[in-house]
Amino acid sequence: MSGHSTYQPKTGFERWLDARLPIIRLGHDSFVDYPTPRNLNYWWTFGGILSLCLGVQIITGIVLAMHYTPSAAGAFNSVEHIMRDVNYGWLLRYMHANGASMFFIAVYIHMLRGVYYGSYKAPREVLWILGCVIYLIMMATAFMGYVLPWGQMSFWGATVITNLFSAIPVVGPAITTWLWGGFAVDNSTLNRFFSLHYLLPFMIAGVVILHVWALHVVGQNNPTGIDPKSKSDTLPFTPYATVKDGFAMSLFLILFAVFIFYMPDSLGHPDNYTPANPMVTPPHIVPEWYFLPFYAILRAVPDKLMGVLAMFGAIACIFALPWLDTSKVKSMRYRPQARIYFFFFLVACVILGFCGAKLPDAQVIPGLTTVFVIDYDLNTFVWLSRLSTLYYFAYFLVVMPVLGLTEKPLPTPETISSPVLGVETKD
Amino acid sequence: MLRKVTLLAAALVLVGGPALAAAKVREPNEIAFSFEGPFGRYDQAQLQRGYKVYREVCSACHSMNLVAFRNLGDAGGPFFDPKYPNPNDNPVVKALAADTQIGDIDGETGDAIKRPGIPADKFPAPFANDAAAKASNGGVAPPDLSLIAKAREGGPAYIASLIAGFGTPPAGLTVPAGLNYNPYFPGDVSANWTGDHAHTPPGGFIAMAPPLTADQVTFDDGTKSTIKQQAEDVAAFLMWTAEPKMEERKHMGFSVLIFLILFSGLLYASYRRVWRDESH
Repeated sequence: MSGHSTYQPKTGFERWLDARLPIIRLGHDSFVDYPTPRNLNYWWTFGGILSLCLGVQIITGIVLAMHYTPSAAGAFNSVEHIMRDVNYGWLLRYMHANGASMFFIAVYIHMLRGVYYGSYKAPREVLWILGCVIYLIMMATAFMGYVLPWGQMSFWGATVITNLFSAIPVVGPAITTWLWGGFAVDNSTLNRFFSLHYLLPFMIAGVVILHVWALHVVGQNNPTGIDPKSKSDTLPFTPYATVKDGFAMSLFLILFAVFIFYMPDSLGHPDNYTPANPMVTPPHIVPEWYFLPFYAILRAVPDKLMGVLAMFGAIACIFALPWLDTSKVKSMRYRPQARIYFFFFLVACVILGFCGAKLPDAQVIPGLTTVFVIDYDLNTFVWLSRLSTLYYFAYFLVVMPVLGLTEKPLPTPETISSPVLGVETKD
Repeated sequence: MLRKVTLLAAALVLVGGPALAAAKVREPNEIAFSFEGPFGRYDQAQLQRGYKVYREVCSACHSMNLVAFRNLGDAGGPFFDPKYPNPNDNPVVKALAADTQIGDIDGETGDAIKRPGIPADKFPAPFANDAAAKASNGGVAPPDLSLIAKAREGGPAYIASLIAGFGTPPAGLTVPAGLNYNPYFPGDVSANWTGDHAHTPPGGFIAMAPPLTADQVTFDDGTKSTIKQQAEDVAAFLMWTAEPKMEERKHMGFSVLIFLILFSGLLYASYRRVWRDESH
């Protein structure tokens, strides 16, 4: 799509088709001849891994939907019917349930790679935002998918998250009723969630096409952050990138298989093997692991509306990243100070995830004589969340804009090939 | 260096998953179940003993709605016999089903009737409906046991510890009427504790009375019927009812992993060959 096409139709049929629908040309230009920077490292293989994840989720999901009953009375038992009586149903369901977690592991690595190497900077802002849109739809899809087995955590997770919208002034309660299709999370909620859970993955697939299109217009970023200047800076996608992506996918599948076959329930919550019961609230409602950092941000703010705004603001910051970062240098390879702040950003995210899984009032260090400031016990997870939330926002809103103007980056190479070809001896 | 840190952080996100900040409760005992580990399998004799404990003790109050008699004869199940790949033909399964009375509707007259069970029937529930189960059990229906081993933190070890772990409540603890003290049951007994508040006993109050007594179930294989034995056997059986495809899953996983490791090796070799003349 970038540059002119080098595709040469070889057979008569290809020439005939090329004059009418140049679809083979499109595939050839996008996935065979497409020039990729020669210095891409393994962090760049997660794009391919993510398309694999999407494919696995869609295929297993379609087959699961053939056996699933979307009704409050039948959902839980139909999932167990899949687990017990459908041929390889247990495999499909464990693939789908763990596949969601694998999808998020890959997307988080993919996003953090983008942040570290400055892949969101001009001219890749639209590419970045399309990725953020995919991530947002992924979160909605995963949330609705978790509701479908209609276990205790499904039901109460849906109750907690849909209730967030009731914090919106004036129209909040009406929006919540509209989302539920009634006055509580019930059969109508489950039915619409099922419908949307089936729809959204195809919307993801659509935005993925735009994402790949945008990628192929501007070209891939690379670990140096220097755009390719000559042909010696790039290699054709096939076979160079395909074989490397394939190897990485295979390694990723090993991790996936270990979860499916040997620890299929380790990422889920035991309460979801108890059917949904609106009369019994679980002692501790927790979302899936991939939402925990945002859940911690939500709970870090004492006011409900402000908490919801903070949670959505945390996602909005990711969208705004191309305009928050003022540095002219893309890759943090040449930004030693930015690397340190980035490292602490990772730590803050992990701590937030950890806090999201804990009771807010539980002690961080058990038994420690507690530090009270005025009325607040500082040795609690809610205060650790507050500290990490502060850093999360400061990273986007203070560090990113200010550091770009004040730091002194290391010298950057002229071309991709100069650091690569310069230091390595060819044999 | 930073690559390693990022990788480590990703790993940490993984293990930092859902964890419960539990109130004080005694940790389940360490029990070496045969089905643990990547090659673990169910011990068929233990499943048979566990089924007997379930049938003679637990099923008086607890339903098991997701399990059918035919499942008992499935591969990996307690009464699987390789001579009968179709469990509906298995004479043991047929006999066990025929021992029970199943509520049905007479197709001719439309009357509610009772008939002997067949392998296709699900295990009959002890109470006609949820309200009846509640009325007979102090207002709370005993949980269905089909998935209980996966629905409780600690799994089968927790179940075995709980049902064998009643014992006498410590002096200074007032046990409310209709409830029983159990150190393994999640809860909070501090309101009923008159002793030192730094040493509140672990656990909580559970409506279920101690279900097991020694020699209450006679095991057909001659195993001594202690409370601990009954508890572990029924816990293993409940793990099987919760995860009947576990053996098939681990077996397939082994082949899949072998394939993926070989395939990754081939891909790596291809990668090295394709890239051998290119610096990167």
